[in-house]
Amino acid sequence: MTYQWNFQPLLENADVLLQGAFGTLRLFAICAVAGLLLGLLVGLARSSPRRWLAWPARGFVEFFRNTPVLVQILWFFFALPILLPFEISPLAAAALGISLNSAAFTAEIVRGGIASIDRGQWEAARALGMSGAQAMRRIVLPQALRRMLPALTNRGIEIFKMTTLASAVAYVELLQQGKLLASLNFNPIETYTVIAAIFFLCLFPLVQATYALERRLGRGDH
Amino acid sequence: MDDAPLLQVRGLRKRFGADEVLRGIDLDVARGDRIAILGASGSGKSTLLRCLNFMEMPSAGSVSLAGQVIGTTEAELTRVRQRVGMVFQQFNLFPHMTVLANVMEGLRTVKRLPEAQARTKALAELHRVGLADKAEAWPARLSGGQKQRVAIARALAMEPELLLFDEPTSALDPELVGEVLRVIRSLADEGRTMLLVTHELGFAYHVASRVLFIADGGIHEQGPPEQILKHPTQPRTQAFLARHREFEF
Repeated sequence: MTYQWNFQPLLENADVLLQGAFGTLRLFAICAVAGLLLGLLVGLARSSPRRWLAWPARGFVEFFRNTPVLVQILWFFFALPILLPFEISPLAAAALGISLNSAAFTAEIVRGGIASIDRGQWEAARALGMSGAQAMRRIVLPQALRRMLPALTNRGIEIFKMTTLASAVAYVELLQQGKLLASLNFNPIETYTVIAAIFFLCLFPLVQATYALERRLGRGDH
Repeated sequence: MDDAPLLQVRGLRKRFGADEVLRGIDLDVARGDRIAILGASGSGKSTLLRCLNFMEMPSAGSVSLAGQVIGTTEAELTRVRQRVGMVFQQFNLFPHMTVLANVMEGLRTVKRLPEAQARTKALAELHRVGLADKAEAWPARLSGGQKQRVAIARALAMEPELLLFDEPTSALDPELVGEVLRVIRSLADEGRTMLLVTHELGFAYHVASRVLFIADGGIHEQGPPEQILKHPTQPRTQAFLARHREFEF
C-alpha cells in the first residue's frame, strides 16, 4: 500500500485548527476547575459523618458516575431547554456534562484518599484540641491530596480528552474542526492523525509537569 | 475548687457492641499524681486512658476535670482535649510537616499564637526533649525514639494540665526505650500530673506514685508501687507480674 500523505490542505487551514485548539483549551479549563473543585466538595460531603451531607453526595456520585457523559451533554443541550425557559449554548451543555461527570469521579477519589489516612492522624489532631474541620484542613486533607495526585492527574487527562465529546453538539473544538476539514478536503487520514498528535503534544508535557509536582510534594517521606 | 481532684472518674463504662471493655471505673487523680496503669493486653487499660480525653466516648459514667463534669458537645470535648495532652504508642507525628511545624501546629491552629511566639515556644519544647537540632528535619528521617520525643514535645507545647501516655515505648526497639523514658521521668520530676499505660515495670516502680492493675475492665488492685509491684495481694496481679518477670536475669 503506497498512500501519498499530503498535509498541505491542513497547513493552509491551520487557523481553523487553531480556533479548535482554543475551544478545546477553554472547555478543558472550565471543566478541570469546576470538575475538580466540585468533586472535592462532594468528596468531603461524602466523607462526612453527617448523613444529611453524605447521602445527597452519594446520590450525586451514583447518578453521574453511572450515566454516559455523551448522553448527559446531549440531554443538557436538547432536553434541558425544553424543560427550562432558556437556551443553552453548546459550550454550556458540554461544560455541564463533563464537569458534573468528572466531579462524580473526583469525589470518589477524594473519599478514597481521605479514608486511606491512618486513624492515628485524626486522633493526634483531635488530641491537640483541633475541631473536626481543623483536623481535616490542616492534617488529613494535605496528606490525602498528595496520595490522590496520580489519580487526579488521570482525571485531568480524562477531562482533556472528554472535551472531544462536545463535537456532538457542534461546539467548536479540535475534533469538531477536524471533522469539518476532513469532510471539506476528503483527507480523514491526515486530519485525524494531526488531531491525535495535537492532543498528545498538549497532554504529554502536562503529565510531565504533574510528575515533577508529585516529586516536590513527596519530600518528607523517604 | 482547688481541693477537687484534677480528674475524677465515676462509674465509667465502655462497650464496643456486645463487648463491655470497661465495667465501672472510679478513679481520682490529684495534681502531681503519676499513675502507672498495668494490665494484660485486652484488659481495657488503653481504652480507659482513651476515654479520659474522649478519643473514645464512654458508654456510661462521668469524667470531671477540675471539678467540672465534661459534657458531650463537640465544643466541650475540644476544650477538654486542649487541657489534656496525649502521647500515642505509634507517635502519630504529622508526616507532611517538619519536626518544628509538628510542635507548632497546635499552638498556631488551636491556640492561635502568632508565628514567632509559636516558634519560640516549640523550639523550647524541642530543646527540653533534646531535639532542638532536629527542628528542620522531616519525621520520616528520625528514629522511633526521636519521633516519640517530638510527640512528647508536641503535647507539652500545649501546656496540658494532665498528660496521658498510651504505651509510649511499646513500638520502640529496646535500645531506644531509655531515651523516651528519661524524658518522661524528667516530666515526672517537675511535678506534672500524668497517667501512663506501660509494660515497663521497672519504670513504673521508680517513677509512679500509684500503680493500678486493670483486669476484666475494672481496677483489680491499686496502691503505691512498692506494694503492687513487690507485694501484690491479688492472685491475678501476682500471676501478671510473674509472667512479666519470667525471663528476667
